[in-house]
Amino acid sequence: MASERLNGSQVLLKALVAQGVEVIFGYPGGAVLPIYDELFQQNSLRHILVRQEAGAVHAAEGYARSTGRVGVVLVTSGPGATNVVTGLTDALMDSIPVVCLTGQVPTHLIGNDAFQEADTTGITRPCTKHNYLVKKPGDLARIVHEAFYVAKSGRPGPVVVDLPKDILQDPCPYLPPSRAPHRSYRPRLEGDPERMEQAIDLMLAAKRPVFYCGGGVINSGPKACRLLTRLVRMTGYPCTNTVMGLGCFPASDKQFLGMLGMHGTYEANLAMYHCDVMINIGARFDDRVTGRLSEFSPNSTKIHVDIDPSSINKNVPVDVAIIGDAGRVLRDMIKLWQAKRKQPDGKALKAWWKQIDEWRARDCLSYEYSDEVIKPQYALQRLYALTKGRDVYLTTEVGQHQMWAAQFYKFEEPNRWMTSGGLGTMGYGLPAAMGVQIAHPDALVIDVAGEASILMNIQEMSTIAQYRLPVKVFILNNEYMGMVRQWQEMLYGGRYSESYVDSLPDFVKLAEAFGAVGLRATKPKDVDDVIKEMIDTDRAVIADIVVDKKENCYPMIPAGAAHCEMLLGPEDKAEKPDSEDGMVLV
Amino acid sequence: MKEKGRKVKEKVEEKVERRTIAVLVDNESGVLARVIGLFSGRGYNIDSLTVAEVDPKEQLSRITITTSGTPMILEQIKAQLDRLVPIHKVSDLTEGPHVARELALIKVTGTGEQRVESLRIADIFRARVVDSALDSFVFEMTGTTEKLNAFISLMEPLGLADVSRTGVVAIARGAGSL
Repeated sequence: MASERLNGSQVLLKALVAQGVEVIFGYPGGAVLPIYDELFQQNSLRHILVRQEAGAVHAAEGYARSTGRVGVVLVTSGPGATNVVTGLTDALMDSIPVVCLTGQVPTHLIGNDAFQEADTTGITRPCTKHNYLVKKPGDLARIVHEAFYVAKSGRPGPVVVDLPKDILQDPCPYLPPSRAPHRSYRPRLEGDPERMEQAIDLMLAAKRPVFYCGGGVINSGPKACRLLTRLVRMTGYPCTNTVMGLGCFPASDKQFLGMLGMHGTYEANLAMYHCDVMINIGARFDDRVTGRLSEFSPNSTKIHVDIDPSSINKNVPVDVAIIGDAGRVLRDMIKLWQAKRKQPDGKALKAWWKQIDEWRARDCLSYEYSDEVIKPQYALQRLYALTKGRDVYLTTEVGQHQMWAAQFYKFEEPNRWMTSGGLGTMGYGLPAAMGVQIAHPDALVIDVAGEASILMNIQEMSTIAQYRLPVKVFILNNEYMGMVRQWQEMLYGGRYSESYVDSLPDFVKLAEAFGAVGLRATKPKDVDDVIKEMIDTDRAVIADIVVDKKENCYPMIPAGAAHCEMLLGPEDKAEKPDSEDGMVLV
Repeated sequence: MKEKGRKVKEKVEEKVERRTIAVLVDNESGVLARVIGLFSGRGYNIDSLTVAEVDPKEQLSRITITTSGTPMILEQIKAQLDRLVPIHKVSDLTEGPHVARELALIKVTGTGEQRVESLRIADIFRARVVDSALDSFVFEMTGTTEKLNAFISLMEPLGLADVSRTGVVAIARGAGSL
């Protein structure tokens, strides 16, 4: 039996199938024509044709985040590759496993400024976890398998594999995935027992503890989230989540304090400020969380569990660092907690909860309801109320609507909330929703959007139409880049430089142009009907919710301020002028 | 609480230290760019950097970097290097006893008494003459960075024309290997 003679493209697809890939988001072009020709002749892999390569990466991110699997992107050389840079950076910042296959000019033309040539590995080096240029046919299968391993193991991230056209056409050997450990890359998964013991002792002795949990728990998997929930409930300690961590602990739990950070809740931020033991699991002390570093949780002993050693002591020095996978560390910590005879200090804990309940009583998310004009918060409250209990996935764009969605939508499970947290990429939500809907065809997938963000990748409405994806786009339309306008109001004397979005399209007609259903609400009394109709429509919908143009997002920790210096509403004008530090920080 | 806050800030502003870090990497294209890109992208200093293949069979190269920063930054540098995929090992040689050397080629031009003086000093420093013309010498010298600096500064008034330095290479003392 002669072994089948394969070319590079066939080997590539065979490797993808071996890695369990079912869906590829891509866009064809000259350098990847051999791959597209092979895709045409097979049935194992489904290709989703996006309308711009940026959409492909965000769709793959949405797919990955809602399933826990690796998202796969296929684009051509040159402009195809440069168009994915934003998405790759986004996936790097949010630790999302993505494998991006880029076409490249034939090996003998590399470096010649050939047509559609770009130094893809050079350009994507700082915005990927790792990247490869395949130089010999013999390396192709090994590199593709390795790319998947690197993308999903340890702290996940995007990996680029650059594929010269000749490699894709020439005969090529296939190799199955190797079981041998990687030569140099071996992420540490198990926590150090001594450190975990230390952490548990600190937790038991705590008088004012708080759990601060992030995307690392979600990346570790649903099991890790269940373990976290168990540990938090066993301890009886309060828990707050980062914007990336929403859903890792059930939002309806009475121990949940809501999101923390710049637009986090009063109770979460004050608990962080006043705590004596902080248990950080899978979060990275981002500047949007810490506020002014010198005033960040000044009196606490800090425990930090992270899979990435470079996250330890990067922004905030910690006392007990545990490097490992959140799920495995949580499993061990639960065992250690159960093994201890000692009980937490019930009296101190009671006082701590009393204090927290006082902060909660400030009701920091309250806003002034109006009969006349739709408050964006009201629209989201109604969206939550009317979709609660359904099989819902939410994506967002970036800006005020994103923060309101994080504040008002309650997530009970992980992998339900997809937002661009680290990079803050406007235009993320629509293609991400597309990727989520591909993975979950029967679920209710909603992109909470702003009218400015949605226009950044609006072309993907065409993809949504092609694959008949019933994605719902819920636009909070205030005709402003709301967050820019808010900062201009608060920090730049109300000089609204270029933040008004003039000449907006008629979103109802725009929806119709793309074969979707367009709805609009202009009065608070319309909101429920529009949401209900949106949910009941089994096609794509753009719901244009015309909201208050002047509403600002509160609570807010002004840039460069500390957790204890929150502004709760417009009446809470910063008492002292914002520091120079604040102006410099973004 | 204010007090404590200030204390934290002071802790952050610790003083800058100099370190020599040895990094064992796969000898593949782009690996040096990854390391250098990491330093420039994150704003770390490179005081010197040397690289060469050290194990042709395993295709491993060794990079020696001298860098400076606060303890927090130095810890970051090591952790960030360690998470690059083709990096096998990161070792801070400054943490233990080690030998660090640099090689320099130093060209001095001149005639007469200055020329003789440069040769005399070279002799004291155990620098070798590797090229000689009627109006110039090229000295070869190995030693610590400080020794090289001292020699070069002495050559300055004597007609220092050109300097080429390798940057630091270093290795731990004793039987242990990287």
